[in-house]
Amino acid sequence: MNWLVIPIIVLVILTIAAAIYAVISKNLLYAVVSTGVVSLGLSMFFFILQAPDVALTEAAIGVALTTIIFIITIRNTTEIECCDEKKSKIDVKKGGEK
Amino acid sequence: MMKRFFIFLILAIVGYYIVDVVSQIPFGENRVNVGDYYLDKSPSELKVSNTVTAIVVNYRGFDTLGEVTVLFLAATGLASIMFRRKRKGEKDIRAKKASSRIIQIGSQILFPIIILLGAYVFIHGHLSPGGGFQGGVIIATASLLMLISYRKFKVNHSTISWIESIAGIVFVLLGVTGLILGKTFLENFLPTGELNNLLSGGIIGIIYVAVGFKVAAELTGLIDTLLLNNRPEANKEK
Repeated sequence: MNWLVIPIIVLVILTIAAAIYAVISKNLLYAVVSTGVVSLGLSMFFFILQAPDVALTEAAIGVALTTIIFIITIRNTTEIECCDEKKSKIDVKKGGEK
Repeated sequence: MMKRFFIFLILAIVGYYIVDVVSQIPFGENRVNVGDYYLDKSPSELKVSNTVTAIVVNYRGFDTLGEVTVLFLAATGLASIMFRRKRKGEKDIRAKKASSRIIQIGSQILFPIIILLGAYVFIHGHLSPGGGFQGGVIIATASLLMLISYRKFKVNHSTISWIESIAGIVFVLLGVTGLILGKTFLENFLPTGELNNLLSGGIIGIIYVAVGFKVAAELTGLIDTLLLNNRPEANKEK
């Protein structure tokens, strides 16, 4: 077995874990940051799979710009994902703690 | 219950057909010849060592024009929704306190280096990985760094729209010149030079510089619009 496979496996696990966390997290800020981690892992994969052009684009757009635009949007709206409006106001006042 | 059942039914049908189609495509087999054509012709005819660039700007240049237009429309639409004059006593969304001295000096040092990297990426688009779009985004990231670390860093929107318009006009004019000379849109009409030289590839280098300027200006304006024009009614609820 080639030992170079191990960092790639770690990267795969990290990317998938970050993607799952982005879906299940109730705090939108954490979700956005973990989406950035997913993009970072993806750009590594693009580089490993010999697509450096796409890797550059993914690193610049996915990690930096999209994350920042989402963070700005979250600052303009609310931080906690919710369906119930009354519940959300209480949650926001408590600072996101349930 | 019924609704959920239908959702699963539709998902199952869609999934069945996707699997049915994908399973008939042999994995890793070359089914079209156009890739070989590009790999063969782009170093010998166009003298471009980065085949991706040759495809994006020359063979599929018309698509690139469409993409640039989409980005332009997105930036314009966002600006038209978000941009408005500030009323009295209104503050922007950036932090009330100035950021720390370490961040300020660090971003001062990093700003020209990131701009240089972006310029390198789009000037060398036909030689190394990258191109106009990537370089432009890198430059926009540099201005984002300054925007979040300095409260007084201002972006001049009229300058930005001038840069954007001139770069877009250069792109379209280069494309139309190909048509006027009796070739196709964005066909190369300049001497191609030698492979792996900076001045090679004909019009590809010029187009990538134009695209780089355009993307950098658009995204900088977009971030600046988003950062400085918040909606006060959304903040009141907090």
